[in-house]
Amino acid sequence: MTAENTKDRWDPGVQSYAGMGYYAPDYEPKDTDVLAVFRLTPQDGVDPIEASAAVAGESSTATWTVVWTDRLTANSHYQAKCYRVDEVPGRPGEYFAYVAYDIDLFEEASIANLTSSIIGNVFGFKPLKALRLEDMRIPVAYVKTFQGPPHGIVMEREFLNKYGRPLLGATIKPKLGLSARNYGRVIYEANRGGLDFTKDDENINSQPFMRWRDRFLFGMEGVNKAMAETGEVKGHYLNVTAATMEEMYERAELARDLGSVVVMVDLTIGYTAMQSMSHWARRNGVLLHLHRAGHSTFTRQKTHGVSFRVLAKWCRLIGVDHLHAGTVVGKLEGDPATTRGYYDTLRDDHVPANPANGIFFDQDWASMPGVLPVASGGIHAGQMHQLLDLFGDDVVLQFGGGTIGHPLGIAAGAESNRVALEAVVKARNEGRDVLREGADILRSAAATCRPLEVALSTWGDVTFDYTSTDAPDAVPTASR
Amino acid sequence: MYLRHGAFSYLPPLTDDEIAAQVRYALLRGWPVSIEHTDDPHPRNIYWNMWGLPLFDLDEPDGVLNEINACRSTFPDDYVRVLAYDARLGRQTTAMQFLVQRPADEADLVLTRTEGADRRQGYGVTVRRRRGDGEPDGG
Repeated sequence: MTAENTKDRWDPGVQSYAGMGYYAPDYEPKDTDVLAVFRLTPQDGVDPIEASAAVAGESSTATWTVVWTDRLTANSHYQAKCYRVDEVPGRPGEYFAYVAYDIDLFEEASIANLTSSIIGNVFGFKPLKALRLEDMRIPVAYVKTFQGPPHGIVMEREFLNKYGRPLLGATIKPKLGLSARNYGRVIYEANRGGLDFTKDDENINSQPFMRWRDRFLFGMEGVNKAMAETGEVKGHYLNVTAATMEEMYERAELARDLGSVVVMVDLTIGYTAMQSMSHWARRNGVLLHLHRAGHSTFTRQKTHGVSFRVLAKWCRLIGVDHLHAGTVVGKLEGDPATTRGYYDTLRDDHVPANPANGIFFDQDWASMPGVLPVASGGIHAGQMHQLLDLFGDDVVLQFGGGTIGHPLGIAAGAESNRVALEAVVKARNEGRDVLREGADILRSAAATCRPLEVALSTWGDVTFDYTSTDAPDAVPTASR
Repeated sequence: MYLRHGAFSYLPPLTDDEIAAQVRYALLRGWPVSIEHTDDPHPRNIYWNMWGLPLFDLDEPDGVLNEINACRSTFPDDYVRVLAYDARLGRQTTAMQFLVQRPADEADLVLTRTEGADRRQGYGVTVRRRRGDGEPDGG
């Protein structure tokens, strides 16, 4: 930098963000840098480079004007640097801006702190019409400040003594209104019929029609009775979401004392509360299920918010054992390639950049345990071959309506799902092409299982085939 | 009780050809296979008796089938299962587990309850064996 430039840089008044050093196209990101890629939509007439530099500035050290107190710091060290800006293919007016942050900007093992920087003020910045955090690369040095999932996929399987197949679950329906006794009945029937887990829905907390303590007592009666009838470990995700940490700990402690293998929380409790519950779950040997309640408010639209792939990374660091990650074939949002990217992010130890799946950066998890993804929402036994082909073994497949709505009853619904699952896994292992032969495999299994036959004739043709709002806009060579 | 255990306990019992196909799937992935047996169906009974050591470095399932049959004929009244083990970094755990024999007369699991304060129940599961005639073995 020349002397004149330095003088300009520190002149009082408003200076361009690019001129203040927040755009640095020659910068080579360090292995220890936190990297982020934003999709930004500048206001009309705003230069995309300047807008990108502003994002880097506003998510790190900058304010709107030059301040002399910057000169009391090693300013350039703390400045985030936008090092690359690409046009988004096929989306005029949108740009991918790559920003590098020095690791010193972040408190160790604090998602609250990381997010306060990266998605803090910057999303309200007026020169931008819209902003979306598309992906992040968390450097190993920062990953290693977290312990991640309290148990992880391997430990969960050893704990439950279940291997070589996806796990099966169901959310109790109706979501709201059942008394504790009736609710426990559904838990019992679904588990004895062949599911591994049942689940509270996200908005089952402690309402007047069913207080949490009553639900826990009746629910665990159902779980334990089903365990004795089948000889398998069973669980019900007891939702301990509450208004305060004190109340959540109280609920989680009763769940533990009653012998529950798992508790759940909703995303709505916040990052810090999730991290506290993660530590609690590790300390108490209880699996932690996370329901991503509310995420679509900021993950779904392409131009705004935070991509779910970023949220998935944060949740793996925070440390949950289960996280809902989409079904592709069910009723909720989920483009196949994008969803694949989420699953890789949650489960794999090394996730290479793959623009086709929406993964912008190589991500190394440095042996942090994986999170078991959960596929839930509008899926049924007739899709079992598609689900196994999409997701493999390390997934919880949750059939709520597809279990509880079975014409022969809840246990029959559970059995039909379990038989369908085992038949498809067995066929895959035998070398059959389950995607192509799936319908035949399921029909043959139904020949010796009446509940499956009824399930297939009830739901066999149900699909939810809509265009996804959030598909990747691939940029070749996006990795760096 | 009809014990549900392993990946295929809701399907009709596997034939030897079907068992061989599953073993082949494991061997193709480089997973050593082992055989274990027990007379205790408790869901928390993790450590069944090992029938010898895991079978490393096999290419074909025949050797495994021979060992399964030897285990079956030695312990005709036990549960027998096949396991496959994945030693890859990041797994280092069991990859498959499925039953290849169950006793003709299976024991029952009985749920026990211990009354606690505040309506709490302390739950336990105990194994109740049957006598030779299939009737529960009193108490």
